[in-house]
Amino acid sequence: MNRFTKLLKNQQAFIPFFMLGDPTPEASLEIIKAAIDGGCQALELGLPFADPIADGPVIQASAERALKNGTDFAKCLELITAIREYSDIPIGLLIYFNLIYRQGVELAYQKLAAAGVDAILQVDVPLEEAEQYNELLTKSGLASINLIAPNTSEERAKKILNNTTAFAYVVSDYGTTGVRSELPQQTFTRIQNLKAMTDVPLVIGFGINTAEQVQDLLSAGADGVIIGSAITKIIAKHVDDVGQAKVAVTSFINNIMTKIG
Amino acid sequence: MQDKYYGEFGGCYVPEILMQPLAEVDQAFQEIKHDADFQAELSDLLENYAGRATPITLARNLSRIIGRKIYLKREDLLHGGAHKTNNTIGQGLLAKRMGKKRIIAETGAGQHGVATAMIGALLGIPVEVYMGRVDAERQAQNVKRMQLFGAKVHAVDSGSATLKDAINAALRDWVTNAGDTYYLFGTAAGPYPFPALVRYFQEVIGREAREQMLRLTGALPAAVFACVGGGSNAIGIFSAFLDDSQVKLYGAEAAGQGLHTDYHAATLEKGAAGVFHGMHSMFLQNQDGQITETHSVSAGLDYPGVGPEHAHLHATKRAEYLGVTDHEALNTYRLMAEREGILPAIESCHALALALREAENFDAEANLLVNLSGRGDKDLKNYFTHVNS
Repeated sequence: MNRFTKLLKNQQAFIPFFMLGDPTPEASLEIIKAAIDGGCQALELGLPFADPIADGPVIQASAERALKNGTDFAKCLELITAIREYSDIPIGLLIYFNLIYRQGVELAYQKLAAAGVDAILQVDVPLEEAEQYNELLTKSGLASINLIAPNTSEERAKKILNNTTAFAYVVSDYGTTGVRSELPQQTFTRIQNLKAMTDVPLVIGFGINTAEQVQDLLSAGADGVIIGSAITKIIAKHVDDVGQAKVAVTSFINNIMTKIG
Repeated sequence: MQDKYYGEFGGCYVPEILMQPLAEVDQAFQEIKHDADFQAELSDLLENYAGRATPITLARNLSRIIGRKIYLKREDLLHGGAHKTNNTIGQGLLAKRMGKKRIIAETGAGQHGVATAMIGALLGIPVEVYMGRVDAERQAQNVKRMQLFGAKVHAVDSGSATLKDAINAALRDWVTNAGDTYYLFGTAAGPYPFPALVRYFQEVIGREAREQMLRLTGALPAAVFACVGGGSNAIGIFSAFLDDSQVKLYGAEAAGQGLHTDYHAATLEKGAAGVFHGMHSMFLQNQDGQITETHSVSAGLDYPGVGPEHAHLHATKRAEYLGVTDHEALNTYRLMAEREGILPAIESCHALALALREAENFDAEANLLVNLSGRGDKDLKNYFTHVNS
């Protein structure tokens, strides 16, 4: 059983997202370690890609900072290895497929697994295209995270869930990643409907930014909640001061962890 | 879904949220192929609104100079000034049929944006166009045309602020507004069904050209030349000759300042296989898979990817793709003006320049067919900036 399944079968989790290498590889590692110390239960990490079509401006700017400061695939592997040495926490990776394809798919999966990644979300590889790579993924030992969108039919969601070994990443709303003031009611009915059809853990993401929202989603039955842009904004505010960034990120995480108890 | 892959290339690599809207487009696409009312309206608009069929012109002076007959398929005479209109009429009607309330589009040179805005005005559907700021500046006249047609133009500042970034922005809009919005994609690239759909509406170029060449010359051309950015005009004209193995097919890529420099957009010659903008195809990218910035004097060819069918035709060597520099294209622009009294788009000048360069490899009796994909008024300012600098 992978680390995510183990965790999410037993407890609900708050999962912060961090772009590897933002603002610099070194600072990024320190910030992520601080988040782990702050008590988050799992990590979702991003590999910077300069043309992230599913992401909003906050994450795109984050990727640009990371790339500008020398973050590449090899550097990301180093960072993941260091994080894995530091902690036993479940690590998910959000990645645009070209970064994997360019390395050679099998080799990329092997390298990521060896560095300590537990599961990957290939943002731009839907169910139909994923099929041809499933065998390699399984062989590498990586578990899969798959997106379920607001417009994914129930029939299709079933197929996606059948192919998901870590957790389903349920997209809360139409649009790209980024902070929204409130979550659509549909998100909550979606959680209920999906819950009724699967044992696969459901983690909600896109647009979530307050402790109250996290609490509401977990109360509605979500197994986990991901916050990305809100945390990335904090890092963006303190690009020149790692110390401040660590303090602010830790306080953001503490606030959520206290709320969800 | 038989058209989804071209050999190993193609496919539909998009975030889950776009799968449903793309499936909806595909369903409508399959339906209209056999819908007599749709086909009748399409034919009517192509003929009576856009001015099809476009003629084929023998470039009489150039042909005399190079000693081979060069025939021009005159898409520059199409309403809107480029082949893009074939696609926007088709997809515009598709959007209307699907009941969409809003059309978005990306544009590089502005030709696709103009053609979309035009159709939006005609069909009464609001249009919003994403255009890289760099492109918007070098094609300011096209921005004004779009605005006159009632379209809203969004200048995109991210990345290299060119076509790639305009596509990113349009995809993000679609991800957000998929319910009531139709994404009118401009070239035979991107996720399935767009490569197949755009090809379908551009095949009219090849269909006409093949018949016209047979009528005019009594034979098929020895070779067909077209410029390739995303590749829609090229696949449009190639489509009618793919099965005629004796007809050589040439795609002219933008070699910018030269293939030995970093300033070009020669995706097939210099790129590597990858997965981006919804498709498995060839891309200019670095070792790590980051898409690189491109350069071309022509905004319409300034794109780091290429349609998947071209990647396939390249891999199987059915078509040959060769670079043409900014310099060669600009020279051809002047040459065409001086010798033929025709001002082709700088994009189309790449195809012409390649035909002039390759002509000597053909017999003196050979007929060469060039797709003159658009008119060059939009490039006047650009031309004089370059020749005076």
